Amino acid sequence: MAESIAIAHAEKKRIYVLVWVTLLCMTALTTGVAYIDLGPWNTVAALAIAIFKASLVVLFFMHARHSEHLVRIVIVCAIFWLLILIGVSMTDFSTRNRVSHPTWFRTNQPSVFHHLEGSPY
Amino acid sequence: MSSEADATILKTSTASSKAHALTVPEQFDDATQQHAAASLGMWVFLATEVLFFGGLLASYTIYRYLYYSAFMIGSHHLDVVWGATNTAVLICSSLTMAMAVRAAQLDKQKHIVFFLVLTLIFGLIFLYIKFFEEWWGEYKEGLAPIHFTYAGLHAPHVELFMFFYYVLTGLHALHMIVGCGIMITLIIMTLRGKFKGGRFNPIENAGLYWHFVDIVWIFLFPLLYLIGGRY
Amino acid sequence: MASAGEAALQSPAETYRVHYLNAKYGIKSWLLTTDHKRIAWLYFFSTTFFFIVGGVAAAMMRLNLIEPQGFLVEPDTYNKLFTIHGTVMIFFFLAPAVPTVLGNFLIPMMIGARDVAFPKLNLLSWYIFMTAGTCFLYTIIAGGVNTGWTFYTPLSTSYVNTHVFSAAMAVFISGFSSILTGLNFIVTIHKMRAPGMTWSRLPLFIWALYATSFIFVLAMPVIAITMVLVMLERVFHVGIFDPALGGDPVLFQHLFWFFGHPEVYILILPSMGVMSELITAFSRRRIFGYGFVAASSFGIAIISFLVWGHHMFVSGESVYAGIFFSAMSMLVAIPSAIKVFNWTATLYKGSVSFEAPMLYAIGFIGLFTIGGLTGVFLATIGLDVFLHDTYFVVAHFHFIMVGGAIMGYMGGLHFWWPKMTGKMYPDYWARLAAFITFVGFNLTFGPQFILGFEGMPRRYAIYPARFQLLNIMSSAGASILAVGYLMPMIYLAWSIKYGPDAGPNPWKAKGLEWETESPPPVHNFESTPVVTEEAYAYGTEPARAVAVSS
Ligand SMILES: [Cu+2]
Repeated sequence: MAESIAIAHAEKKRIYVLVWVTLLCMTALTTGVAYIDLGPWNTVAALAIAIFKASLVVLFFMHARHSEHLVRIVIVCAIFWLLILIGVSMTDFSTRNRVSHPTWFRTNQPSVFHHLEGSPY
Repeated sequence: MSSEADATILKTSTASSKAHALTVPEQFDDATQQHAAASLGMWVFLATEVLFFGGLLASYTIYRYLYYSAFMIGSHHLDVVWGATNTAVLICSSLTMAMAVRAAQLDKQKHIVFFLVLTLIFGLIFLYIKFFEEWWGEYKEGLAPIHFTYAGLHAPHVELFMFFYYVLTGLHALHMIVGCGIMITLIIMTLRGKFKGGRFNPIENAGLYWHFVDIVWIFLFPLLYLIGGRY
Repeated sequence: MASAGEAALQSPAETYRVHYLNAKYGIKSWLLTTDHKRIAWLYFFSTTFFFIVGGVAAAMMRLNLIEPQGFLVEPDTYNKLFTIHGTVMIFFFLAPAVPTVLGNFLIPMMIGARDVAFPKLNLLSWYIFMTAGTCFLYTIIAGGVNTGWTFYTPLSTSYVNTHVFSAAMAVFISGFSSILTGLNFIVTIHKMRAPGMTWSRLPLFIWALYATSFIFVLAMPVIAITMVLVMLERVFHVGIFDPALGGDPVLFQHLFWFFGHPEVYILILPSMGVMSELITAFSRRRIFGYGFVAASSFGIAIISFLVWGHHMFVSGESVYAGIFFSAMSMLVAIPSAIKVFNWTATLYKGSVSFEAPMLYAIGFIGLFTIGGLTGVFLATIGLDVFLHDTYFVVAHFHFIMVGGAIMGYMGGLHFWWPKMTGKMYPDYWARLAAFITFVGFNLTFGPQFILGFEGMPRRYAIYPARFQLLNIMSSAGASILAVGYLMPMIYLAWSIKYGPDAGPNPWKAKGLEWETESPPPVHNFESTPVVTEEAYAYGTEPARAVAVSS
């Protein structure tokens, strides 16, 4: 009877251990990669590994593999809204120091806009 | 994959008349409905948690973009070894938590207690490292924003980084403390036989919460400790 | 009124019946209840209390503004008054009002459930709400806060010496109340529907509240964490929002308005849901374009998260971001307009009657349209630079919030009052109140459009003498509006004791909530209803629910 109520059926022990080993290896990998100079790709690698690890936890430990569609929609929504919050506020900060005049205008009158170059604003 | 899940749900609904013998709260028809509601409720709660951390993560991202070199300096003052160790500790606790849920699904009462205790121990180890090996060390170095004596390059912006470090890890540690409290409650409830006969919604939901807190740390580790590499 | 009279004739025959109001007595049976209908009443009394608090602050402001040099209070007190007015009205009246009073009462009844999914959590939400409310009342009594309801930094974190901390704490706590309510509603709507109640048969009020809960769950945590940052910054002063220390005050505005703009739709969406119920019931027609009205609730909920920068066009935000936010803000007008078109189309060729709830609904359509269209003006960057922080903005959002959200709430309250209490109120007085509200509202906020366009900035205790006439008109309107709000409090209270029995369905309306007794039994229905028809099946008698065993 216990099994019959369990909607998410019990996963095999072997799978959990496999996921656990992978997660530990990935932790070692992400720490190791930090000691190699990849330029901007260091950040990309670190985030990619983190996303991979998080996906493993969500899919296997949290049983998202077997959960209903609704739960998957909730997960996707949460991630999507987090990206809206970060991404859309970044549109402001990443374009603030661009002056809203064409390049030729700026290059012809450098003295006017000089103070804006290189500053975050 | 989903058809498999559907099949289990079908199986449960045929068993629901039997499940009805277990008393469910009056607003539910049967245990299946209760389980589905509890599970969905937990996931929705975790979605709000994502956005709760999201406000901090967005601020962090923006300041990291504006003051990248200061954030790198700040990051290099943190101890990667302890950070990686704590990541491993939390991953272990996630494994034991998953095993506890599995034990509950299979109605193995002793295993539930065993794995919950292990999860609690890992959680406490994490908190010990966080409090005494990391925060206290950084405080003594004069890096904590309440007692900030660092006067090197980009000092004000390094202080911003340390602020984010303390608030993000602090909020995470708060979640861990709540999680440990939940573990203790669940252990007591299990010992009193509250989860016999396949009623394990609280354990399953606590598991979801615990794994979520683990995921937060999985992101915090590279975001805080590994800015700009260590080479 | 015919239906009420009929009900009164039936009432002597009715024998003593146990329902949710008389099933238990005593203060404990209310404060510890998990019945969604009783929790709705707890919210009704608490939100009404906060409405009065916010209303008194507004009245004092309008009184002060009848003279250019200020009639009543010092400028600093005036700053506290508009802060109290804004915070209380947004967080403690408008956001909770429709969802927690009407929503709590009606969601389980409309979907044929015995209660919400998590009744204890529902009660907990109310206690959290009251904790937050108490915290804000403490703020008021301890000396107030003068930052405006937006808590803009670095003013709130570095410069003012008022009770920002406790006010921010109140907002922080109230966020959790809303989150839990939203969570509860989402799970209830998904998991507790009666057999046959498919998504395409859901009343549009449910769709609207579903979209609202969606915003609760995704926007409220952000304001909560933002308030934590404000409190931390106030205590430790590390400079996260202080430009002198490398922080960026505009970041606060981003975080605040990420929540703040969706919050506006938290206020208006539930009232839009009420509108769909009122319009169909009093024109006795199916809703025109059910799918479009339902989907537009969701369209609004999603797009509302992409428009927040329109509050920041003049705050140093990037022009490129401004273009994006401006375009998105105009886009959100489309689903709102769809709703207005569909309500109007529903009226067409319907047999429209003008009972009190319908008068509120008609008022809503007109006022919301004006409020919405002026919103498109303000979404235009060029025009916003001119109108930003003037009374034009004040008039615009009061047309949405008072003319839209409160009109909808009042309409809904009048519509479901007979269901909630089992008693009918005097229709004549109710119609008069609706009319007075409409007149008072327009007189209050109509002149503010002109004031703003002529350049009077908001949030000032004093103003140049040439604005006095329009300000006096506005203040006179506010006093009429106050009468319009006080009257329902009197006759609704009167009706509980002296009103005639309403009967199960005084409006002959469709919907599961009308098929049970008034007031409903403790578990809402004698047996679980089975739904066989779509929503608003007007003109197809007989009633749609068939009782089966549970
Ligand atoms: Cu807005």
